[in-house]
Amino acid sequence: MSLALPLDAQPTDPALEGIIKLAVMAVGGQGGGVLTNWIESLARSQGYHCQATSVAGVAQRTGATIYYIEMAPGDVAAPVFSLAPAAGDVDIAIAAEMMEAGRAIIRGFVTPDRTTLIASTHRMLAVSEKTVPGDGMASSDEVRAAAEVASQKLILADMDRAAVKVGSVISASLFGALAGSEALPFKREAFEEAIRTGGKGVEASLRAFAAGYDLAQNGEPAKPVEEKPVQQEIVAPKGPADIQSEWARLEARVAALPETVRVMAAAGLTKVVDFQDCAYGSEYLDRLEALVKADTAEREYELSCEAAKYIANAMAYDDVIRVADLKTRPQRFDRIEAEMGVGNDNVMHLTDYLHPRAEEIVGLLPEKLGRKMENDPAWMKRIDRWFNRGRRLRTDSLRGFAMLYFLGGLRNWRLKTLRHKMEQDHLNDWLQMVAGYLPDRYGMAVEILRCRRLIKGYSDTHARGLSKFDKVLSGARMVEDREDGPQWVARLREAALKDEKGTELDGALKTVESFTG
Amino acid sequence: MAERSFKAEVEHLRKGSGDVFTGEGILALTKALLENGVGYVGGYQGAPISHLMDVLADAQDLMGELGVRFEANASEAAAAAMLAASVHYPIRGAVTFKGSVGVNVASDALANLASSGVNGGALVIVGEDYGEGSSIMQERSYGFAMKSQFWLLDPRPNLPSIVKAVGDGFALSEASNTPVMLMVRIRSCHVTGSFETSDNVPPPLSVQDALANPQRDFKRVVLPPMSYAHEHDKIDNRWPAAEKFILDNKLNERFGPESGKVGIMCLGGMYNGVIRALQRLGLADISGNTSVPLYVLNVTYPIVKSDVVDFCKGKEAVLLVEEGQPEFIEQQIGAMLYKEGATTRLEGKGIFPKAGEYTGQIMFDGLEAFVRQYAPDLLPAKVLAPNTPKTELPDLTKSVPIRPPGFCTGCPERPIFASLKLAEQELGPRQITGDIGCHLFACLPPFEIGGSTMGYGLGPASNAAFDGGGEHRAISILGDGGFWHNGLSSSIGNMVFNKSDSVAIIVDNYYSAATGGQDVLSSRAQNSTKSTNHPISKALEGVGVEWIRQIDRTYDVTQMRAAIREALTTDYKGPKVIVASSECMLNRQRREKPLRNKAIADGKRVETPRFGVDQDVCTGDHACIRLSGCPSLSLKKLDDPLRDDPVAHIDQSCVGCGNCGEVADAAILCPSFYEAKVVHNPTVFETWLTGLRKKVISWLQNRRAGKRLTFSGEAL
Ligand code: SF4
Repeated sequence: MSLALPLDAQPTDPALEGIIKLAVMAVGGQGGGVLTNWIESLARSQGYHCQATSVAGVAQRTGATIYYIEMAPGDVAAPVFSLAPAAGDVDIAIAAEMMEAGRAIIRGFVTPDRTTLIASTHRMLAVSEKTVPGDGMASSDEVRAAAEVASQKLILADMDRAAVKVGSVISASLFGALAGSEALPFKREAFEEAIRTGGKGVEASLRAFAAGYDLAQNGEPAKPVEEKPVQQEIVAPKGPADIQSEWARLEARVAALPETVRVMAAAGLTKVVDFQDCAYGSEYLDRLEALVKADTAEREYELSCEAAKYIANAMAYDDVIRVADLKTRPQRFDRIEAEMGVGNDNVMHLTDYLHPRAEEIVGLLPEKLGRKMENDPAWMKRIDRWFNRGRRLRTDSLRGFAMLYFLGGLRNWRLKTLRHKMEQDHLNDWLQMVAGYLPDRYGMAVEILRCRRLIKGYSDTHARGLSKFDKVLSGARMVEDREDGPQWVARLREAALKDEKGTELDGALKTVESFTG
Repeated sequence: MAERSFKAEVEHLRKGSGDVFTGEGILALTKALLENGVGYVGGYQGAPISHLMDVLADAQDLMGELGVRFEANASEAAAAAMLAASVHYPIRGAVTFKGSVGVNVASDALANLASSGVNGGALVIVGEDYGEGSSIMQERSYGFAMKSQFWLLDPRPNLPSIVKAVGDGFALSEASNTPVMLMVRIRSCHVTGSFETSDNVPPPLSVQDALANPQRDFKRVVLPPMSYAHEHDKIDNRWPAAEKFILDNKLNERFGPESGKVGIMCLGGMYNGVIRALQRLGLADISGNTSVPLYVLNVTYPIVKSDVVDFCKGKEAVLLVEEGQPEFIEQQIGAMLYKEGATTRLEGKGIFPKAGEYTGQIMFDGLEAFVRQYAPDLLPAKVLAPNTPKTELPDLTKSVPIRPPGFCTGCPERPIFASLKLAEQELGPRQITGDIGCHLFACLPPFEIGGSTMGYGLGPASNAAFDGGGEHRAISILGDGGFWHNGLSSSIGNMVFNKSDSVAIIVDNYYSAATGGQDVLSSRAQNSTKSTNHPISKALEGVGVEWIRQIDRTYDVTQMRAAIREALTTDYKGPKVIVASSECMLNRQRREKPLRNKAIADGKRVETPRFGVDQDVCTGDHACIRLSGCPSLSLKKLDDPLRDDPVAHIDQSCVGCGNCGEVADAAILCPSFYEAKVVHNPTVFETWLTGLRKKVISWLQNRRAGKRLTFSGEAL
């Protein structure tokens, strides 16, 4: 669908050209009203006629809202203004969020013949984007590309960050950007005066105003060149010398891998070693190298790259020990303190929300004992009664910390646990299936590796992920002999990530069944 | 206290003759009421006139000085009933509510009022909530004016016209002994502009004076045979009197040339849209001087036949610009012209779409089509032969997500619906009905709870068919606003009387929150002019509900779910009501934040909680979001090649309501959430203790780091 634009109407009254039409597209709660008030008082102070309207109502509760302003020079006698923006008839569109810019374009409020579009590139995700179990985020690039075509003048920058950085809110930085865009025939000082007249949080607003003005005039500074090393192995880990030398041997093995695989392998290796230890890292490389051997440069080592990623993820599974370990690391405390703005003159209480179930406890037991309990409902019930409870752990207190610290310290015990055995079995079955497709059905092997993405989360979520994984794999077996088998597996996997219950996946599986009979 | 305060603006209502008022439509309306000697005002909040109620409430001091009584009525019906004071007494009264739902609720009182007729001017200011941003079914209030015989004013949407309409309305009402509805559309309520003020006028007869001198006249009572007489009075006397007043005072306006081949008739409220389209077509200048004759109906009911026929005389065709459906006015004018034997073509619906808002584009297209068909010579060459086709823009409709309204950050209703969703997961789906209020957002994702809403306070009543119970009990939702509006009798009383086996959940957030945080009977705030702090649970007991569970912290998802589970599974037969109370977060923050900031600045010990997600623990399944939808709980893409999906992330706007942690716990989701409570101005002991803890903790941490590799990231 293309946007229906109005006829090329030419008003006969040249004074009509003097009307400036400005639409603000915001999300409820963003302060669109404040921005509108500033613009209005600015126009009036400059001797302009001005009219503003909005649809105040329920949309202001986090929904998409529009404010609309028209103004005309003061020497015009009693101008008649419109109360709503019309497609193809807007001079300035201000969007307080990236998708709202997209909405302005969809509604025809941004047209190449006249519209200055000022938009903040930051995202406030809509509920529909967030609830998808996979990645449901809408594409800002698409909106950006459309904005470039649709607008006469375009100002795109993260106005939210600019404002927050100086302790203010986006309405002020957008007002600054409006001044900086020079789309209104008023001087910067007049804008600032309007903020002062408004009277609330003047200093902070003026700072954000300046930031927005600057962004409009000079654009966003080019992103500093990624300082991150291209190859992860350059960052040397800290630690005792003996482990360091072990690590060096592992690094050497990564270096021996085909070049395209190295980055992912280094990341994977780091994750696995961080999860357990260097011996475990060596196991990881054993598994990876076996697949690399079966791979070829012709395929650009696609299989190996995927293996490097997903084997690492599978080996560094999310067990109680890992969670406890992560939650007691110094880097975590530093990060949270920085995020919460904790300084020398305040302190922080840190509460972790944990809820262990019998399964997790049994998973920590040695394999044999664990299995026995697992199969004994009476015992499971008992353990459940003892442990299954929401626990709020004050990780900043000695007791709470010590408990998690102890659990995190079970790392050395981990390889003996039931959970580890279960993960190992699962991993081996999966890799066996992958190996079974080699060398002839390379595509199938790659796709089966990628299915590991479906397993994530804890408790019920984890169980659901596992069942989706199993379902996709069973679907894969149905199409394994087909030319387009790999595409089907990919399709099934994507479907599985679309919704929680797996309705889409079941639908896709039905389709598969229908033609495989 | 309401979400938005008009205390500062209200001062401008004191302006007198020769001053100029600049501001919003609703303030202009209030000023006009005071200038016209109104004796009492009231109403019930609802977009777009919620703020009018807030203005009135904030202007109580000024009104008190003038001897004007302000009543925050319990419902629209109560507001309309209040106009009864103008039946016998020559006192001007005005009430306000939203159309068309308010008119629906008030219809009983409105119809009786119209039948009795009025002595003093009676004005109903209806905020018509139609079109973009509307939160109700799309209907017109017009039908009510017709069926009960109310005169309907729809002034041009600028401040001087709106202000004039108030005066005209009172005078018309008195001249014809008929109540008048003044319709303001959603955008006119908030349109800004200026008008010249005049002095406020105290009511010539105040309600207090009237009380001292009671009057009655049984002829005004709606009882046979008087009611038969009322009907004739309406047609024989009141209607002609109204027509005469409208003509004598030129309430409808004409613009443009005296005569022409074609003409446009529009409702006052559509005027600016029509002029804008004419401007774009080259048929009007910036000040609205048009080259097409224009007849503006500031009074949309009654339509004065002689005036319409006169306007149409000699015209080949006229276009009626009437938004919404049914096209009541077009039908009337069509009949008038037909009976008059006129040859003028009447255009309206057909050129314009039958349903939906007349947006700028629709208005432009409609007028252009009309003029092109009947008077193409009027159009400038440019319009006649459009040049270059417009640039094609990429289609974004598939990529830009919709953004319907939803629960605010930290909303106390979120955990209620999270609990309900969890209870449903456990016990199976239930028949659920919603009600009007913020809680209706629960029918949208991520909760998708409740499939119908039948009206304010009617949640439980709309489940009445299922009151007999069965294998699974039905659940209904009711807000505190709806409870006091109508729910106590229509819903709860109905449940008790019919021995309902269903469950009702009353969402008590201390305010009429969706309409802007006005106080209701059960509000916890102290309100100097209203009586608050009447607990809902006491009212429930009073009407005979025996099974009541009062939850005082909705954020406690485990407890909330337990209460719902109990209500659904208990052996008790009879109505089961859960009152879930926690303060609306928007209002709470507005109240507490300044106090908190001040306390911190004053060096007092203050705790500020906020939640966070450990990104390395989060696996990116977003199950938490499917039980929340909080704007502060969003997603973040990690800079990690091993991760496919974005992880949950809580930004700075989190108010630490606790829902995240509670849900993660109750639903056993994941161990990713933590609460960080920053203590400002901690005590000396606290600081010392924290220092000690930190020392021990970092000793332990160093000990462990000494035995393993530490990579630069937190976890990789
Ligand atoms: S705790 Fe969670 S639900 Fe509550 S305000 Fe913070 S992010 Fe929103």
